[in-house]
Amino acid sequence: MTAPMTTPQTSAMAPAVTAQPFEPLILGFTCNWCSYRAADLAGTSRIKYPDNVRLIRLMCSGRMEPEFILEGFAKGADAVIMTGCWPEDCHYRIQSVKALRRFLFLRRMLSDLGIEPARLQRFYASAAEGKRFADEMTRIVAEVKALGPIPPEIRVTLAAEPAAPAPVAEPVEVEA
Amino acid sequence: MTIQVAAPAEAEAKPRYKLAMYWASACGGCDVAVLNLGMKLIEFTERWEPVFWPAAMDGKRADVRAMDDGEIDVCLFDGGIRTDEDAEMAHLLRAKSKVLVAFGSCASEGCIPGLANQRSIEHVLAAAYDPELNDVTDGQVPNGPWESPYGELHLPTLQVRLQTLAQVVDIDYSVPGCPPETERIAEVLGAVTAALDGTGPLPPKGAVLGAGTSTVCDECKRERGVKSIKEFKRIQTLAEVDPDLCLLEQGLPCCGPAARDGCGAKCPAAGAPCIGCYGATQGVNDFGARLLSAYASVVDASEPEEIERILAGLPDTVGQFYRFSLAASLLHGGRS
Amino acid sequence: MTAPKTGVYICHCGTNISAMVDVEAVRDWALDELGDKGVVVSRDYPFMCSSLGQELIEKDIKEYGLERVVVGACSPHMHEKTFREASSNAGLNPYLAELVSIREQVSWVHTDKAKATEKAKAIIAGGVYRVAEHEPLEPLIAPVNNATLIVGGGIAGLTAALEIAKAGYPVHIVEREPSIGGHMAQYDKTFPTLDCAACILTPKMVDAGAHKNITLHTWSEVVDVSGSVGDFKIKVKHKPRYVVEADCTGCGICWEKCPVQVIDTGFESGLGYRKAIYTPFPQAVPKYPVLTPDDCTYFAKGTCRACEKFCPVDCIDFTQTDEFVEFNVGSILLATGFQPFDARRIESYGYGRLPNVFTSMEFERMSNAAGPTGGKIVLRDGVTEPKAVAIVHCVGSRDKNTNEYCSAVCCMQSLKFAHLVREHTKADVYECYIDMRTPGKGYDEFYNRVLEEGTQFIRGRVAEITDSLRYPEEEGHEGRLIVQVEDTLAGVKRRIPVDMVMLSTGIEPQADATEVARMFGVGCSSKGFIIERHAKLDPVATMTDGVFAAGTALGPRDIPSSVSNGAAAAATILSRIAQGEIAMEPYRASVDTERCSGCRICNDLCPFSAITFDEMAMVTNINPKLCQGCGVCVAACPANAISGSGFSHHQIMAQIDGLLSYPGGSDGRPVEEAVGATA
Repeated sequence: MTAPMTTPQTSAMAPAVTAQPFEPLILGFTCNWCSYRAADLAGTSRIKYPDNVRLIRLMCSGRMEPEFILEGFAKGADAVIMTGCWPEDCHYRIQSVKALRRFLFLRRMLSDLGIEPARLQRFYASAAEGKRFADEMTRIVAEVKALGPIPPEIRVTLAAEPAAPAPVAEPVEVEA
Repeated sequence: MTIQVAAPAEAEAKPRYKLAMYWASACGGCDVAVLNLGMKLIEFTERWEPVFWPAAMDGKRADVRAMDDGEIDVCLFDGGIRTDEDAEMAHLLRAKSKVLVAFGSCASEGCIPGLANQRSIEHVLAAAYDPELNDVTDGQVPNGPWESPYGELHLPTLQVRLQTLAQVVDIDYSVPGCPPETERIAEVLGAVTAALDGTGPLPPKGAVLGAGTSTVCDECKRERGVKSIKEFKRIQTLAEVDPDLCLLEQGLPCCGPAARDGCGAKCPAAGAPCIGCYGATQGVNDFGARLLSAYASVVDASEPEEIERILAGLPDTVGQFYRFSLAASLLHGGRS
Repeated sequence: MTAPKTGVYICHCGTNISAMVDVEAVRDWALDELGDKGVVVSRDYPFMCSSLGQELIEKDIKEYGLERVVVGACSPHMHEKTFREASSNAGLNPYLAELVSIREQVSWVHTDKAKATEKAKAIIAGGVYRVAEHEPLEPLIAPVNNATLIVGGGIAGLTAALEIAKAGYPVHIVEREPSIGGHMAQYDKTFPTLDCAACILTPKMVDAGAHKNITLHTWSEVVDVSGSVGDFKIKVKHKPRYVVEADCTGCGICWEKCPVQVIDTGFESGLGYRKAIYTPFPQAVPKYPVLTPDDCTYFAKGTCRACEKFCPVDCIDFTQTDEFVEFNVGSILLATGFQPFDARRIESYGYGRLPNVFTSMEFERMSNAAGPTGGKIVLRDGVTEPKAVAIVHCVGSRDKNTNEYCSAVCCMQSLKFAHLVREHTKADVYECYIDMRTPGKGYDEFYNRVLEEGTQFIRGRVAEITDSLRYPEEEGHEGRLIVQVEDTLAGVKRRIPVDMVMLSTGIEPQADATEVARMFGVGCSSKGFIIERHAKLDPVATMTDGVFAAGTALGPRDIPSSVSNGAAAAATILSRIAQGEIAMEPYRASVDTERCSGCRICNDLCPFSAITFDEMAMVTNINPKLCQGCGVCVAACPANAISGSGFSHHQIMAQIDGLLSYPGGSDGRPVEEAVGATA
């Protein structure tokens, strides 16, 4: 049997040496009360981190619908980051844990669909942890750069071009 | 090639509409579900003239090509778009039909054939024609032009992935189900007849016909309480299924909470968990993501190790969450 | 559906944004590329938040008939309100305006202007896509309970309590010590005026104890907080005093007769003794004593009961247990104070090992006339007056090994100590400081005064305090302490023999500060200081609506600042009470009962008990009054029957699309290529 095509063969499949280094596009979800403010604090503290991540604010990491993450991958993200409150400090008391559960479920399913676990990341950052936020951004961008783009064969499976329009050529009769 | 039916005198005043039904990449169950209408089907032919229906009557593509654009009033298209032939027929029937209906789970969501989207064409063919399992083709892998003992045959060529009908052509309605319940089909045909007659409302374009807007739990009679999943179980490992209690609460991964209602919750009533053949309910972009989120939300664990342990009770996550809808999932181009 | 008419406004923020983002390019791009998404006008302006910037928006709303507004500027936590109000002024529902951050998330954190500009464009696109899905919302109005909970009865909490009580509204003070007063009650004099701390504090304590609007819960702790803004439900644990407060007259016979002497590590900082039944200090409010079972002979052996025998009103009750009281309040003030840095953590200073090394809190008690030495400054033996005293600054402050922050009060308290030592003794005083920080009113004058009094100042961090003599010239100093310090002004290392060392210990958060912050749902730094809503402009509010903070719970500060905080918090709370109601973000979940299948997936997900199940109709309901808007149930609902206003599925999906669709990947990949081609 052929090996499942979802087995990542990134290094072998990746295009040969490209002129520009791979710059991943990463989608990040933040919690209004902690990690979004951590991002604000990284800003006010002028702590630098790579520009690959684009952030979305939710009221709580528990607001995260797995659909948001799938949409991110479908629309071209090379990785998605879920951030939220430390479980013991959750602004909504216990909701950060629900995000954790969904994260673990989704990471498993994505992995079964051929998207490496490292492409779905999660970390906690309190409103005071601007430095941590920036450090984690730097770490994740480096990790995703090392992974490379989502392999083209996975991408094709993910969102292939629509079937060709009806051929005008000679009709082909099936006689099997 | 039309079926001649002695039409009762009183019906003569009413127009007879042209109906097509096509079977693309699917098992044929949808056609059988229509045939299951039985005597009702005969009644429908008073108002409907089947003009193209490979499963029930002779007819060639050339006959369809010969039709005028829009000549067919309603086409029920079942099956996903997996081959170049499927795509060609989809485009052809779109052009020839006033109303194109994605009929059944395959055309609507990809269904079981859509699960092959997890693998490459090569893998799919290798698995299907593995000589260890299959000696019909003598180790040959038929796909496209094929040297047979009888000369070169042209078989439909597999495309990169299976697509839903809506991903290939513009559709007007869809009817979910694997297959759609026969009584729902009767309702749909009745409603469409009324709409064409002008005696009933025309459903808005894109509407899902023959189903509800809630989920299977809405129709399920089982008792249910607050959910808290400590373990996922397989039905064959259960000594006994409680006849009255919610199956999910018994640890069975029932898709009822997320699957569109309309089937009458027959599976749970029979003691089997819903497998989600009616697909995502109104407004849901991705069935699997919704169901996954619901399950994960009620898992009774806070520590990663414990959550992983419970998750391990679902050995095939894609099969569990996307059994019918992988081809229509967000990752597979489901949302434009 | 045609895209709603949208205006895009790009702020330069002076040069805060424009230095790293090509704002003109973003402006033009938005009009060119987002036209099909409804953008009809796009502008840039140096300060969008200024009144002129806001007028720009208001004018466009009217002239262009804008239906949506997207501002690319700072964080929504900074100016969301500003732009919502501007929109509202021009007749546009405020929730149809969206502020997206291109400062905190772009210009301040990135270094490549071209890429930063591309990211800013994507963020604007995200905002434009999102806001198209917005719907008009009205703020939720909740009544404000006019009672206030103040946690901590130190000077900050007392100040606030008295202000609020004087205005006529009920206040509950919860204090875990037996008496209110806080650390200030332990101090001798206050800098720079040298007022006697007790003389200025105790009248306030008495006022608070006697005020009809103030309920004191001393020897008590808050154990649960529920409810939400405007109406919090508070549960307080009264620890048993073993004294029936209703009968006790505070006569003091019980602690006179109690035979057990305990080192008082609390109020007297370990310098004095107390009994097993005691009041921490004579002016304690309330006057009732507390019995500590761990110290009491009766609790250990079942005998003694001296206090009970001698109590003239029979108010000793050994059977008391924890009592719980519950009440509702509309506002909460956290004035939980600080703990002094534990000087034992810096081993080279010898505290706890070298008897004549003292901490500032010990010194406060020692120099206090009501303290254990009756105000005499003496060595640990209790009699010997020191001939030379060294005061060490920045103990547990400005030190990477302990706390990096400045504790703000140590310089002034050290100067005060120097003055008091010289006032009480004839000792030479050496102050070893890193930098002298005296920015308060009258502070630098006080410094000059202490300089003139003859205190010797040595600029340098003390390396070590030791009792082992090392050099011949140190002969004769046996039994004394040597302070090793580099005098950075003179450029010499010095070893100064002294009799007594006073460590000016810094301010640290209470040991349980993070747990307290968690209980009240407020953010705190990793150290444990509560984070202000805005450090400059909203310094006594927290991130949580209705919960305020004052005093050293927020960070190191002196008494005047703590009092100002308390008064400011009182004013803020009173203004809320006066309004009678509060507007809340209308971010709430709601159930479409037609769609709800009654599957009950969501039923156990809400920690605020907003979700209930209607057994008759077999559908779930959400109480908007209890809903806090987290959206966990929205994300969990498999039937798509729960929607969340303000953060709806469609809004977030649209924002994702916007963020990722324009202008391609951050490496400039066109999106089609990135996704793998769509026709």
